[in-house]
Amino acid sequence: MELLYFAWVRETVGLGHQQVTPPDHVATVADLLDWLAADSDAHRAAFADRARLRAAVDQQFLPLDASVAGAREVAIFPPVTGG
Amino acid sequence: MIRIRVEPAPIDVAAEMALAEAGEAGAVATFTGLVRADDGVETLELEHYPGATQAALHALAEQAMGRWGLHAATVVHRVGPMRAGERIVFVAAAAAHRAAALDACAYLIDRLKTDAPFWKREVRAGVATWVEARQGDEAAAARWSI
Repeated sequence: MELLYFAWVRETVGLGHQQVTPPDHVATVADLLDWLAADSDAHRAAFADRARLRAAVDQQFLPLDASVAGAREVAIFPPVTGG
Repeated sequence: MIRIRVEPAPIDVAAEMALAEAGEAGAVATFTGLVRADDGVETLELEHYPGATQAALHALAEQAMGRWGLHAATVVHRVGPMRAGERIVFVAAAAAHRAAALDACAYLIDRLKTDAPFWKREVRAGVATWVEARQGDEAAAARWSI
């Protein structure tokens, strides 16, 4: 699956995107964040405060407890500030 | 007719107005957002989620078209770097009468603020800071819930 990061999440992770193959126990966006944070200080720092994170699964904006089963693209970002 | 554009070029309001007025509508309401300079901001940088941004704006425009029976809806959002005083967003709603045009225009900008994946970074004295989302924006968007 392709992961995309935007705004300060992108800067803190240090990547705009990355390709990953999560293990079977990763069922939700929150599980994915836990898995990524487990062996990367940068990911752990970016994902430390879950209240400041929003997500999209295959470009659908969903809460962090949403399923990532079969997802091709998951984006992680702060609350939006356009307009 | 729905017109959505997300691009780095400056927004040409006269051209957008002419397009919005080209149909059979009796009323066109518009909103223009500018980069505020009042707190020392020199430049503003707009990041977005390519693909998802256009889809989100199109979905909002479709909702407004259906809810208010619009003739046309336009959303133009600038991305990339821009200076204080420049236009960042332009919204237009064309309808038969003013009430629908005005309400639909307010709906489009209120919902854009909370539903479209844009992120602002302000540069003051060479220091860049990501803008935090405002609670008031959530409340403004929520008033349109049916």
